[in-house]
Formats: sequence, C-alpha cells, structure tokens
Amino acid sequence: MDRRTVFNNRLLPYLLLAPQLAVTLVFFYWPASQAAWMSFRLEDAFGLTTEFVGLENFQVLLRDPSYYGAMVNTVVFSGSVAFLSLSLALLLAVMADKQIRGATAYRTLLVWPYAVAPAIAGVFWLFMFQPSLGMIGRTLRGMGVDWNPLLNGGDAMLLVILAATWKQISYNFLFFLAGLQSIPKSLIEAAAIDGARPTRRFWTIVFPMLSPTTFFLLVVNIVYVFFDTFGIIDAITRGGPAKATETLVYKVYNDGRLGGDLGGSAAQSVILMAIVIALTAIQFRYVEKKVTY
Amino acid sequence: MAVVTLQNVRKVYAGDIEAVKGVSLDIPDGHLCVLVGPSGCGKSTLLRMVAGLETITSGSVAIGGREVNEVEPADRDIAMVFQNYALYPHMSVYDNIAYGLRNRRTPKDEIDRRVQEAARILAIEPFLNRKPRALSGGQRQRVAMGRAIVRKPQVFLFDEPLSNLDAKLRVQMRVEIKKLQRALGVTSIYVTHDQVEAMTLSDKLVVMNAGRVEQVGAPSEVYRRPATRFVATFIGSPPMNLLDGVVEGEGRVRVDGAVLDVSDMRAGLQPGHLVEVGIRPEDLEIVGSASNSVSLPIDFVEELGATQLFYGALGGQPFVVQAGTGVVPADAKSLGLRIAAERIHVFDRESGQRLGRVAETAAA
Repeated sequence: MDRRTVFNNRLLPYLLLAPQLAVTLVFFYWPASQAAWMSFRLEDAFGLTTEFVGLENFQVLLRDPSYYGAMVNTVVFSGSVAFLSLSLALLLAVMADKQIRGATAYRTLLVWPYAVAPAIAGVFWLFMFQPSLGMIGRTLRGMGVDWNPLLNGGDAMLLVILAATWKQISYNFLFFLAGLQSIPKSLIEAAAIDGARPTRRFWTIVFPMLSPTTFFLLVVNIVYVFFDTFGIIDAITRGGPAKATETLVYKVYNDGRLGGDLGGSAAQSVILMAIVIALTAIQFRYVEKKVTY
Repeated sequence: MAVVTLQNVRKVYAGDIEAVKGVSLDIPDGHLCVLVGPSGCGKSTLLRMVAGLETITSGSVAIGGREVNEVEPADRDIAMVFQNYALYPHMSVYDNIAYGLRNRRTPKDEIDRRVQEAARILAIEPFLNRKPRALSGGQRQRVAMGRAIVRKPQVFLFDEPLSNLDAKLRVQMRVEIKKLQRALGVTSIYVTHDQVEAMTLSDKLVVMNAGRVEQVGAPSEVYRRPATRFVATFIGSPPMNLLDGVVEGEGRVRVDGAVLDVSDMRAGLQPGHLVEVGIRPEDLEIVGSASNSVSLPIDFVEELGATQLFYGALGGQPFVVQAGTGVVPADAKSLGLRIAAERIHVFDRESGQRLGRVAETAAA
C-alpha cells in the first residue's frame, strides 16, 4: 500500500510541511537542545554566569538519594495508575460492549473525565478528600480512619493515584471498547459452542485478542503518568508531604524552577527524555512484530 | 448420533420482525439435511436456534429426544462450522482443534490422540504448529472441520461453510464434506444458498422462503415434483420456464394458442382456471419442425461446453432451452420443440401451489 503523490510544484510540499515543522522546532527541538546544553553547565548563585562542567550535574544527581526517592515514587505511581486504569477501563468496556439499555449515554459519560484539565481534576479530588473540608475525607475520619493526605505520605500517594487513574480511564476505555468491538462475534460463538463459559471465553479468547490494544495502552499510560500528571500532583500535593509524591517530572520543576538548580534540573530532563525515547522505541518494535497475533 | 426434531419453531425479533414463521422438521439419525433458500429466508436463523446462539421465541427444538430450548450451546453436544471459519487467530492449528476438548477437561493424552486422528483424516498434519493466518482458505476450512469432528458431537451444524472458497475448491470440499459425513454418520444440518450444493449434499432437502418451509424431500423428489412455483424456479439451473396458461379441460392446458396435454394435474379443475405451466429447459425435445411442435425463435445462444442454452420468448414470456452441443445446427434461427406430457408442471397462478402430486411436503 505504498502510494506516492507526486507534486508538480517543487516548493509546495515544503510549504505544506513548514507549519508543523516550525511548531516542532520551536516547541520541542529548541527547548530540548537547550536542556541538553544546560545539563553540561553550572549557573552561579545569582544566575548571571554559567560555566561548562561536563558530566558533573549527572554525577551529583546520581549520588543524590532524593533522586532515587523520586524514582521509586514514579515507579509506584506509574505502576499503580497503569494497572488500575487499565483494569478498570477494561472492566467498564466489557460491560459497555454488552447490549444494554442506555449504552450510548453510559459511554458518553465515561468519556467526560478525559476532557477535564489535569489541574482542575486535581483540585476536584482534593476537594472531596481534604481531611477537614472534603465530604469523603470527613466521612472517612468520622468512621475512625486516620485519613490525612496533607500530612501522611501514603495517603497523599493514594489520592494522586486515584485522581490520575480517574482521568486516564476514559482514554483506555475508548480503546478497549473499540478493540472489543473489532473481535468477530463468530469467534465468541465458536468458543461458546466449544464449551467455554463466559469467564473462560474472556481469558482464552477475548483477552489474548486484545493484547495489541493492551500493550499499546500500557506504553501510552506509562508515558502519561511520567509527564502529564504534573498538573494533578501540583494541584493536590505539590510533591509533598515531605517529597512523598515527588515524581521525576515534578522534581525537574521543583529543583529547576523553585530550587534554581537549572543545570541539575536540565540533567534530569535529559534522563527523562532518554526514558521516553526508549519506551517509544520498544513500542514501535513490539507493535511491528508481535502485535498482529 | 441423534435425531433432531423441530416443532413449530418461530423466531420474532424486536419490532415484530418474524424471521422464522413456524417450522417443523424431523431429521433422522445420520442424515444430512440441507436448508436452502435465498438470503433472508430464515435458514441461518433456524440453524442458529438449533445451535443455541439465538433464543427460540416459541416451539421446541429437540436433539436426541431431549428438548434443548433452554440449554446452553456448550451443553447441546453440537459442533458448528462457520462461514468465516471463526478460527482463533492467536492459537496454533493444534490448539484450535484441541480447544473444545480442553474446555471439557479431556485427559491430555486423549486430546493428543484425537487431534492427531482428526488431522490425519483431514490431511492437515503438516500444519498443526502453524497459526491460522499462515493457511490458505481451503486449509482453514479443514481446520474448522477438524475442530468440529474432534469432539465427536451428536450433531454437526454447517453455516454456509463453502461460500468463502473459490469455485474449484468449493466442488472439492463439497465432495469431502459429504464423504466425511457419511463415514462418521453424524446427523448434520447444512445451510446454503447454493442450489447445486443443496442438491448434491443432501439426504433431505428443505427449501425455505420468507421464514417458511416451501418443501421437504429427497433432492431428486424436490427436483421432479416441486411443491410450489418458488421451489420450481429455485431448484434447477437454468431455472424452470414459466408460462401463463388456462385450464382447457381434463388434462389439458391452453398456453399461447397451443393446447398442451398434461398427465400430472389435479382432476376436477374448472375450465378457465388460471394456471402457470412450468417446463424445465433440459426437459424439451428438439424435433426440427414437426407438425405437432412449438416453434421458438432464437434470440441468442450461450455456450456451456457440453451443452448450449437457447434464449427466446414464447407468447411474450422469456423461455430457455438447454440442448447438447451439436444437436442444433449452428445457423438455426428457430427451434421446433416438443414436450412429454409427464414433464409438464402446473401451478395455481394465484397461490403458486402445485396442481398435481407432491410426494412429501411440510408447507405450512
């Protein structure tokens, strides 16, 4: 399916590409290369001069225990959000796939959280779970649960996980639903005649056939948790209490923007960039090979 | 091995769409019963009701004397071959065939023995480790068959299993299915819209139209004595010629000026009764230009190799004659035709019912 379009005007294809290239250049390549450049430099305390320090920023970073703390937070956070949002979205999609009354309304409602901005979603969850004002927070405390995401690191982590999961379910739900609907009905019928009960049909036929979708979503979700949850964390916990919810991307902001360590922050950005590039590369390779069962 | 019995089975979909309008059918043990009809006639719905994939609105379906209306497909002891094969794409051929046995917790060595046996019968042993996507259409068809026979079910259900294959392979697989069904002796229901498949495969032919059974019988019987005008035109290729006629007297029908003697026509029909006369293109005798013959001007000729089809019109109605190649001179402008009295079919013009003997029918 390699169809080529040949332009008569030599300039036209470049003109058509120019806007997209310009946006990518200004908003991605320029800041990215600046970050890479800055990661090799050290700024003085007043931000007036910089000097080249080679890999020193990276060495300092890799010796800093708080960096590993942020890494552990990120792994716990992204692992939990990816697992929860994928499994809940799959459950909801399986139910929406059944022909039930009001299915359209149900689907529409499920898509809504995706349209909410991360910071607003964060504020909204904090509102509900704030220990002294939030409805659910107060109810929990009234029931004798020692719930305080403002002081207790574990509670704070739980709250940002819930908020981030809630926002991501919509996206996963749509992909899972589309995946489920693309499974031929006759396969399910054949399995039913072959004596497989609904649960067994799901695990032996439906779930394996969804594996391309699941894998794609897993990578997308991890990338999402790594980067797009900044707004949620900033609105709910600001990385606290005591850095308990400080993820890698939040630490970039914290150290660079608030801590003034531009070189160290840039070094963190470079490492994050490398992680994303690796994830994307894995996805492309895997998608090409394994995904068409 | 089992008898399948359908009693007044109906299917009504939401919105009062009646897909199957009361079908009763008895399929004896070991017989291959073909349901044939145009698309939308309810044949697939009927099959899916026997499989348990569609609920039964009213009536009853029994397999081996046990009513199965409320029984899950898995517990009906049936196997089904789908039109698109419905092979599990992520499993190897071996796993596809073994899947049904594993679900029934068959011992592992027993599974292996039966899968190997099925693969040997169907000549798919070299492909057992392949995925379905690495197989050709014909090989996939065999795997689908393997999945059905490995379980040794009481009933085989076939839902247009050959319609995705090319013409040559279809003829080959048709013969193999028939042989296999004979050898295994399993009661089978086979749905198709192809009348050649229906004629060649069936022990018992069921012609359906608009949710009803038009005729049930041995294929030769259905061909020789079609119960209705619909069956007459549906079974046989090229289809039967139909000409408007009027009853002239006992055993005589007037068609376009000529009077035909008819041996198989109900007695006591009033002269003037409106009928349709059916004549199969292959039943005509070509006689040059004898005095007691009808002359058909030839519009055009189709060459089929062994035979030729002559197209023309009689009394303003299209008419086809089939004759062996070489019987008619190449430069002939018209054909002199004669027909034996016992080869003429007469149908009521209003109801479309045969006005003559019908062997076995369940027309409702």
